[in-house]
Amino acid sequence: MKIPTNLKYTTNDEWIQVEGKIGTVGITDYAQNQLSDIVFVEIVVAVGDNLAKGDSCATLESVKAAADVYMPVAGKVVAINEALPEKPETVNSDPFGEAWMVKIEISEPNELSELLDPVAYEKQLKEKE
Amino acid sequence: MYIPHTKEDQEAMLERVGVRHLEELFQDVPARFRFPELDLPPAMTEMEILSEMRDISGANDTVQDMACFLGAGAYYHYVPAAVDMILRRGEFYTAYTPYQPEISQGTLQGIFDYQSLVTSLTDMDVSNASHYDGATAVAEAVSLAVANFRGKRSKIVVSPAVHPHYRQTLKTYNGEDVLTITGDEQSTELDSGPDQLIPLIDMNTALVIVQYPDFFGRVFDYTYLIKAAHAVGALVSVSVNPIALGLLTPPGAFGADIVTGEGQPLGIPLSFGGPYLGLFATKLEYVRKMAGRLVGETVDIRGQRAYVLTLTAREQHIRREKATSNICTNQGLMALASTVYMSLLGKHGLRQVAELCYHKAHYAAKCIAELPAYSLWSNEPFFNEFVIKCPAPVSEVNLHLQDYGILGGYDLGQDNPELVNHMLIAVTEMNTRDDIDSLVEALSEVSND
Repeated sequence: MKIPTNLKYTTNDEWIQVEGKIGTVGITDYAQNQLSDIVFVEIVVAVGDNLAKGDSCATLESVKAAADVYMPVAGKVVAINEALPEKPETVNSDPFGEAWMVKIEISEPNELSELLDPVAYEKQLKEKE
Repeated sequence: MYIPHTKEDQEAMLERVGVRHLEELFQDVPARFRFPELDLPPAMTEMEILSEMRDISGANDTVQDMACFLGAGAYYHYVPAAVDMILRRGEFYTAYTPYQPEISQGTLQGIFDYQSLVTSLTDMDVSNASHYDGATAVAEAVSLAVANFRGKRSKIVVSPAVHPHYRQTLKTYNGEDVLTITGDEQSTELDSGPDQLIPLIDMNTALVIVQYPDFFGRVFDYTYLIKAAHAVGALVSVSVNPIALGLLTPPGAFGADIVTGEGQPLGIPLSFGGPYLGLFATKLEYVRKMAGRLVGETVDIRGQRAYVLTLTAREQHIRREKATSNICTNQGLMALASTVYMSLLGKHGLRQVAELCYHKAHYAAKCIAELPAYSLWSNEPFFNEFVIKCPAPVSEVNLHLQDYGILGGYDLGQDNPELVNHMLIAVTEMNTRDDIDSLVEALSEVSND
């Protein structure tokens, strides 16, 4: 199970990469593995939308379940991964890279401190097992 | 056969859950409601009951006893005997939800064929496995459209010429507190065409709903309306009478995004209003927003053709509280009836049925229009239904027709005060020329009163 050390995590298995004011959001390797083969991705927000922490930004469907992706922190959408719905299987093959979902301009930086660091996230996964 | 629990079974179960008497399980029910006295007549034998039931049902006048000119959404068509014979095969009749493809190939193939026939008939890309009736299907079109815009558009424009029951259903179902449902207010001019809806369509409009032929039987060209809706990004849903599509241009050909319909005319008896069948077809781009289920064709591990539930993504059990619909099933047996019906008739047979309905209805309309006291309400093209203005209240006219063994048309005054004394008359292939001539003669007597 990959858990990159440069990211922050939610208890709900999303990750966010922070570069200056910009945050990039996706789901973790553990999450894609739990969902199994992803067959459908819909980004449900548009550039310019202001999102609160916990708002849904994408919907995923796998061969056995459907799931929403929630915002780890609040922000304004500055980019969405338009290529992803064309290649939903990328979520399985490269969850931390090509399968990013949205980029936001973080509006509540203090919310970042509520997220899990890689060590805490790994601990949470171990507890689930 | 139903085998109830034995006393020993019950005692074993009670002991297991730690309860001494069965009554203890009902403690939450207030005592006075627990074992109410039922005021029932003395028991009868099966023979006596059958006789009594026959007496009761004998008091009914049915479409088999009368010449039927009543339609308004449910139509008396001929149902070939093979439809019922196939439906009542145990493999179809008792089968339940086809979640296990390995034991449900017959049901799944039936649904697959149904979907294929519905998409051909409507000229759309995909059909779901069906809904309960035409009204539910219209309400589900609203759910699809609202989900498509992720709740960012909240206006639904509905034509006043959509069936009044469908309009009621979609309001109950979709909630007027969340959506603005407009277009069908009492003040609208019923005799003006669909283009009167165009000024209501804006950037907040998710869906425009029309009926084809409309509730009053009229056939409008919706091309211009659909273009106007698409210009602001709104979707358009067309509710159809499937028999009419044997003759008319299918909605897919003039740009409809969703086609719904009441499938009852396709081989399903009137049977006091149900069970009926909701048709639902859409474009491929909306398939993941479509409620219910969709059966697909694939191959099994031996390479043999096989059918499976391909898409159930909108169903509650997958999406849980995020589901855009609470429809988790389909109207399996009725969908099969329509599939058998369409297969037996074929493309040309369906066209012949439609032509018979069309020509007989036009003959009836022409004869009635020639009666001095009657007139046609509209000059628009129509399929098998039309509105006449009567010289007396429709309820009185219908009582008079009953004396001649004729079931008269629908009283439009009950939904639209401005259409008091207006009757909606439906004609199908079941009406002989003699039936129509008798209707005209009986009507002429009312005008002489």
